Amino acid sequence: MSRTEDRRSQARPAAGESDRPRQGALIALKDAALSALVALGLFAPMVGLRTDVAPSGGLYLRTRWADVAILCGIVFMLRLALVLWTGRRGLQPSTAPRPWTLWLQKAGRFFAPALLAVALVLPFIPGVERYELDLGILVLTYVMLGWGLNIVVGLAGLLDLGYVAFYAVGAYSYALLALNFGLSFWICLPLAGILAAFWGILLGFPVLRLRGDYLAIVTLAFGEMIRIVLVNWVSLTGGPNGISGIPRPSFFGLSFSMSGDPDTFAGYFGLEPSPLHRVIFLYYLIFALALLTNWVTLRLRRQPLGRAWEAMREDEIACRALGINITTAKLSAFALGAMFGGFAGAFFATRQAFISPESFTFIESATILAIVVLGGLGSQIGVAVAALVMIGGFEFFRQFGEWRMLVFGGAMVLIMVLRPRGLVGTRTPSVALGEKRAIGANLIGEGRG
Amino acid sequence: MTGTIPPPRDMILEVAGLTMRFGGLVAVEQVSFAAMRGDITALIGPNGAGKTTVFNCITGFYRPSSGAVRLHLPGALPVDLHRLPGYRIARAGVARTFQNIRLFPGMTALENLLVAQHNRLMAATGWGIGAVLGLSRYPRAEREAIELARHWLQATALLDRADDPAGALPYGAQRRLEIARAMCTNPSLLCLDEPAAGLNPRESEELARLLLEIRAQGTSILLIEHDMGVVMKISDRVVVLDHGRLIADDIPAVVRADPRVIAAYLGEGEEEEEGEAA
Repeated sequence: MSRTEDRRSQARPAAGESDRPRQGALIALKDAALSALVALGLFAPMVGLRTDVAPSGGLYLRTRWADVAILCGIVFMLRLALVLWTGRRGLQPSTAPRPWTLWLQKAGRFFAPALLAVALVLPFIPGVERYELDLGILVLTYVMLGWGLNIVVGLAGLLDLGYVAFYAVGAYSYALLALNFGLSFWICLPLAGILAAFWGILLGFPVLRLRGDYLAIVTLAFGEMIRIVLVNWVSLTGGPNGISGIPRPSFFGLSFSMSGDPDTFAGYFGLEPSPLHRVIFLYYLIFALALLTNWVTLRLRRQPLGRAWEAMREDEIACRALGINITTAKLSAFALGAMFGGFAGAFFATRQAFISPESFTFIESATILAIVVLGGLGSQIGVAVAALVMIGGFEFFRQFGEWRMLVFGGAMVLIMVLRPRGLVGTRTPSVALGEKRAIGANLIGEGRG
Repeated sequence: MTGTIPPPRDMILEVAGLTMRFGGLVAVEQVSFAAMRGDITALIGPNGAGKTTVFNCITGFYRPSSGAVRLHLPGALPVDLHRLPGYRIARAGVARTFQNIRLFPGMTALENLLVAQHNRLMAATGWGIGAVLGLSRYPRAEREAIELARHWLQATALLDRADDPAGALPYGAQRRLEIARAMCTNPSLLCLDEPAAGLNPRESEELARLLLEIRAQGTSILLIEHDMGVVMKISDRVVVLDHGRLIADDIPAVVRADPRVIAAYLGEGEEEEEGEAA
């Protein structure tokens, strides 16, 4: 549906631009005034009125009409400039390739390796301290989760709002297996992945026949169910108190303790014991796991299974007519996506050493989905950049204090207005007789369940 | 099993006593006909006669209320298509196209044709696992698949558009690509739902030539069509439906002269509306 609309909006001739400049200015003024009015309506209650604590201890209503006036003035000027600059149409959302797209694509060819190189040497860049590394680990975790969800949402076109459930399954699998059976991280990691994949298949069965919104609702419920079970099954999971004292990973049997004994990492390699060693190790661990996710996805995309997923996103009925078993295709997408979520969960548990249901709320699912949508469904580099922007940006916007969410939300809205199909909306064919040319986003299906 | 006449020597598809009800509406009632191996069999009738319903029963999109659809392949027991799930029918050797084109618009023409060879390629990858690890005979299987795709792109005059997204191809080319995609499943029987709809006379001409070529290569064809020029020229046998019932089943020349067929098309308050075909 949106595809046809998209085409229509492109086909529409550029409405009489600046044929009569005086009238154009008048229209722009009217438009700007209208925008300022809307801004007034929004900002008057949000910014203009504020409750503060009086010195006497009571609450009083403080008004900030000057701030409101400034904001409305800014909106007026910006809108005026925008309309005068672009004409009445304003900024047109577009998924079609623009002149600068070619340049961007050329740059993009170097961008991905450059990003990879920076990620590889990050711990050794001067000025990178504990804080930056922790942030790097966080970003990479979300990159991995985004790539995992990208299999389900981006390739197979199945809208999954409960992805965090598999993250939780992975985390609790590792925590419980390690604590109760004393298994090492390297044995638990595949087990956590397998268990998460199992739950992915279990979720997959009931939703096989569902499409679109219905699928989204059931997956959402599934995510909540897992969390509520974790909260209430106190004897196994510790309930809301969570599980603490989860074993940290070891470097091929060498622990990262600070004692400096020969069987610790620092002692064995004759290094000064430092808490940074473990952080660097964790950084490279999640880096490797994320790359594994990427590698498997990229390989699968060029193979029948990946192509079947994309075909399923484009047209499920046609797939059936070609002899593709939709059931196995859907279940394999769910299972594989869930498996990488499980890996990430196991990593999360070993990094934090403490997990509780608090970490696996719906907002996590929403964040991961936002990363995938913002990055562009199906695009690996897009998702990586979106994770960097979302998670890194969230930290960066801390300096804006109370404006953080506003600025952040505004930035996201702006991106989605200008690039409705995400940062990288185009699709690269998996195979070509001649040269591979990117396919415009207006042709690509979004999946309907 | 409904009591049916023993199949003639060289039948590929047998439709016996097929009935399809939607609630109280009987869309198709007791329709029996057969398609011969190596023939082009046309299924015609006014709009709403139940042609597409019969088609959907054959290709597994509907499960018939009663009756049987059997595929007869040489040296094998007949396959009961009406019992198979949809995707298995394609594997049994029946491919179809759709009245409203159903390509994968965001994938290139070549990718469309490779998706059609999914099952063969999937077997070569060791069900996905072997290929991820870089093992197995996959590269060779893919080269062969691309060769087959290239063959059908050539046959449908789409070779120079191979790397273009299917959704960006002109309408006539999309129709041809859908046929090429169906042929890439290596079917024994190709079912086409109004392949000439929306084509100009020259394109219809090309289509007729393509279908004859496909028949010459050993694939039998079952065809729903409104374009009587195409039907009468290339069909070996014509089956006519009206109001869900079979009213004629013969060679084109006889069907054309059949008074009941003429009445169904021209008289008795039946108006043929081309609009519905879209």
